[in-house]
Amino acid sequence: MAELTGAQILIECLKREEVDCIFGLPGGAILPTFDALYDSGLKFILVRHEQGASHMADGYARATGRVGVCLVTSGPGATNTVTGLATAFMDSVPLVCITGQVATHVIGSDAFQEADVIGITRPVTKHNFLVRDVKDLARIVREAFYIARTGRPGPVVIDFPVDVSRAKTEFEYPSEVKIRGYAPTPLADSKQIQKAAAAIMESKRPCLYVGGGAVGSGAQKEIMELVNKTGIPITTTVLGLGIFPEDHPSSLRMLGMHGTHYANYSVQGSDLLIAVGARFDDRVTGNIQKFAPHAKIIHIDIDPASISKTILVHIPIVGDIKPAVRELIKHVKDKRVQIKDWLKQIDEWKAKHPLKYDDSGPHIKQQYVIDKIGELTKHKAVVTTGVGQHQMWTAQWYQFSAPRSMITSGGLGTMGYGFPAAIGAQLGRPKEQVICIDGDGSFQMTMCELVTAAHYRIPVKIFIMDNAHHGMVRQWQELFYHRRYSASQLGPSNPNFIKVAEGCGVLGIEVNKKEEVIPAIKKALAHEGPVLVHCVVAKEDNVYPMVPSGHALDQVMDMA
Amino acid sequence: MKHTISVLVENQSGVLARISGLFSARGFNIDSLAVGETEDSTVSRMTIVSHGDNRVIDQIMKQLNKLVDVIQVTDLTQAEMIERELILIKIQATAANRADLMQIVNTFRAKVVDVTPKSLTIEVTGNQSKIDAMLELLRPFGIKEVARTGVIALARGLESKSKDKEKKGTAKKIVLTA
Repeated sequence: MAELTGAQILIECLKREEVDCIFGLPGGAILPTFDALYDSGLKFILVRHEQGASHMADGYARATGRVGVCLVTSGPGATNTVTGLATAFMDSVPLVCITGQVATHVIGSDAFQEADVIGITRPVTKHNFLVRDVKDLARIVREAFYIARTGRPGPVVIDFPVDVSRAKTEFEYPSEVKIRGYAPTPLADSKQIQKAAAAIMESKRPCLYVGGGAVGSGAQKEIMELVNKTGIPITTTVLGLGIFPEDHPSSLRMLGMHGTHYANYSVQGSDLLIAVGARFDDRVTGNIQKFAPHAKIIHIDIDPASISKTILVHIPIVGDIKPAVRELIKHVKDKRVQIKDWLKQIDEWKAKHPLKYDDSGPHIKQQYVIDKIGELTKHKAVVTTGVGQHQMWTAQWYQFSAPRSMITSGGLGTMGYGFPAAIGAQLGRPKEQVICIDGDGSFQMTMCELVTAAHYRIPVKIFIMDNAHHGMVRQWQELFYHRRYSASQLGPSNPNFIKVAEGCGVLGIEVNKKEEVIPAIKKALAHEGPVLVHCVVAKEDNVYPMVPSGHALDQVMDMA
Repeated sequence: MKHTISVLVENQSGVLARISGLFSARGFNIDSLAVGETEDSTVSRMTIVSHGDNRVIDQIMKQLNKLVDVIQVTDLTQAEMIERELILIKIQATAANRADLMQIVNTFRAKVVDVTPKSLTIEVTGNQSKIDAMLELLRPFGIKEVARTGVIALARGLESKSKDKEKKGTAKKIVLTA
């Protein structure tokens, strides 16, 4: 068998993993790999900043369920991906990030563009590898992809020294993976499932609470069946949005700090909370001591460490969600009659406290724009967001109907995530409409990727909700810091976004008045290439409902 | 409460950093950590003594279990175990107090491993309570330096002999901690 270089082997491995798109940026220590990539036939997206590459790979992965891949150089190339890795780690997104490294014999000597990437990325990856010997390379790549996508998914780094990429060996791709310390998919204990079913059948005020783990497991059909069979109401986390259609009568929509009144009241009033692929994040639970005070808790999760981490769980079920819920469905029956008082109570909450906003003022409301984007895309677009007010309003107002259609940084709350994630999502789902709803603050963190979108004609539609502030920071300063707007105003120095877009080769559309909103959305959706729609929106509006930090979930603030 | 946790890990560079990084990142305590190769040269055993309430220990076990380089995690505190630590103690010693010192050394079945006109170095092996008691008795003599290995431990009998290396993360283990 002919010998290949490490670089060639890496490319061969990526082909075996059926990678169809790589995001990255070259540099000295990774040059041999880029040379092997040159005529490999693999699609490569050259970004303007490596943070963009990691978010694009993340957006691609969330939109498709496949492993996202990025390829960058050593030192600064690698450190620039760290925010993207941490974002993916917090939200359990499968990534493989290949970082160049200085030659093995100079590692540790403070060589040019050297960084301890294994050390730096250890706390923000599921696992990482330093390839010391070209003979280990194929096995490591195989294991990296396996670890990234199995169990609770997550990012994996392969640190690839330049001399290893030049060294030669025979190539053989391992047909199977054997890692003795890694048993990713425990089968749910059927006794635990029966216990859970019994608790469900006994309960008088049950509530389902579903998160991103159910999306990752592809359990939308099972969740729908469970709800339809039992009639139990369902709320989702921000990462769970889309797993269950929000126009369904059993939907309570999102819970948590900016969730609906009725979702939060239902959780607090429940006598049985069925958590599925959700991890009791503090933005979901509010004050943990006062969370769901009357509820027995069932928790289905693939990660045993998520169980009883912050909330004591009564019936833990460790395993892949899809088969576990499928099994659970067999043991439960229709509860609509048994819980009719509870359902009536919830309907009253729904009628009394719908999501609402005041549209009377002279300025455009973000809620209105997002609502209209939802309508005009029939609630079927793939939507990405930055982080802040626009993100929460997107969660409240877009009205999601399909899984993998809300792509947002939930755990880490990474501003600047939305736009590059949209590029990745569009490359993963080229035939679908991909929309990035962003804030003026978030967008400016990664707007250099406008050039990337223009160069590859990636037809993402960016809607910048320009309120001239770091809006959520401003909201907290208004509510909790006596309106002392410390470093939260962007207005005076925001760039001319239309000129920025045009300067990068992207169509810009300006929206200043309410009547311009619908035509602008239509024009953007009809345009073949990337579009930036700059919406000048109300400067001082607050996201409600809101459960202030440290309060119980039913202590909800709302507009008058 | 104090727990002695035995962790079998891949014998590779970087694994110690993964474990210690996990403890510091999540705010878990390490009272002592000892590491060495096992009967299988590809596997190292780390013995970690930590303390915390049940929920903290439960998290420590689960988080350790999640690491790819960790093969097996056992909380020995729940089982019958043998626990040992070795400690070297250098003491200021004069002709006048040497006899008293020797008496303590003999009582604890410790060993004198170095003698100079002004000092005495004692080696003692045992479980923590024995070592603590000995240190307490020696303190009035003037302890100059102490070096200790940290606790190492094994379960008694053949029960926990790393037989289910491959079973990490199985339902059995999770039911135990849930």
